[in-house]
Amino acid sequence: MAHVPFEYGLYLAAALFLIGLVGVLVRRNLIFVLASIEIMLNAAGLAFVVAGSRWGHADGQIMFIFILSMAAAEVAVGLALALLFRRAFGSLDVDAASRMRG
Amino acid sequence: MTVVFYIAGAVALISTLLVITRRNTIHALLLLVISLLAVAVVFYTLGAPFVAALEVIVYAGAIVVLFLFTVMLLNVGRLAEGDEPGRLRGVHFLAPGILAGTLLVLLAIAIASGPSAQVGARAVGPTEVGAALYGPYAIGVELASTLLLAALIGARHLGQRQREAGFADAVSLAATPATTGPAGEPPAELAPVGAPTAGDETPPDAPGGDEPAPAEPSVRFWRKDGD
Repeated sequence: MAHVPFEYGLYLAAALFLIGLVGVLVRRNLIFVLASIEIMLNAAGLAFVVAGSRWGHADGQIMFIFILSMAAAEVAVGLALALLFRRAFGSLDVDAASRMRG
Repeated sequence: MTVVFYIAGAVALISTLLVITRRNTIHALLLLVISLLAVAVVFYTLGAPFVAALEVIVYAGAIVVLFLFTVMLLNVGRLAEGDEPGRLRGVHFLAPGILAGTLLVLLAIAIASGPSAQVGARAVGPTEVGAALYGPYAIGVELASTLLLAALIGARHLGQRQREAGFADAVSLAATPATTGPAGEPPAELAPVGAPTAGDETPPDAPGGDEPAPAEPSVRFWRKDGD
């Protein structure tokens, strides 16, 4: 077992989440945006696991399992939308869909 | 084990930073696998071996493979490099980086102001997690299964080739210049009955040649001649 302060795990989770946030803000490729969202969800799960480990309870891990299933559902729908997007606009640049017509 | 936590955390941070700065999609996804494996090691050192295994199996094994299959289907090997022209210079990371750095400082202040404690005092194994998961959290399991079923149906609906009017038509019209007329009309109405090729150009001796031939939409979701 590691004996590290509880805050360090939360620092790691916060840094990973913010890296994912920067990825969502900067990248325009739809695949990268979805991957950045996965990074953010993973960081949120890490925070739950760290908190559950600090109290020695299983609840944090259970919340991580729920986040995991939610991320799986999200990525399935998101990648299906990416396929549709590529067929509609010919690229994966999300700026191609900045105009809403029809 | 303590040093393993720090090494794995550093690997996770570095590889995640590399993920969002790569141009090549495949490289980024493989770095994402490294990042997720490092986070799995962090979970293990924190005394959560069951979640570490799930991270490897589901995140690195299933979700990233789904990404890779999509990249293969889309064939974005060279497309991805031309996809973001001039997007990945350092100046584009400046403003989001400042915002994220500010948020990180605020979060660090908030975290540091709380009481300190040691983590990972005891491991919480799969038995305990499973007993809680199917005990007090059983309704959450039901909800997660419903969510996965909804995602399954939704992905299958989005993934099929759509022939009738619907979302595909709306997006196809949005992607077409507005002067091309109705793009959703079936081609059988455009050409006379018995025309050799329905769907391609209108034959030059077609009786209905006075009205302009509707241009094909530039991007189509489905083959109109059926496949």
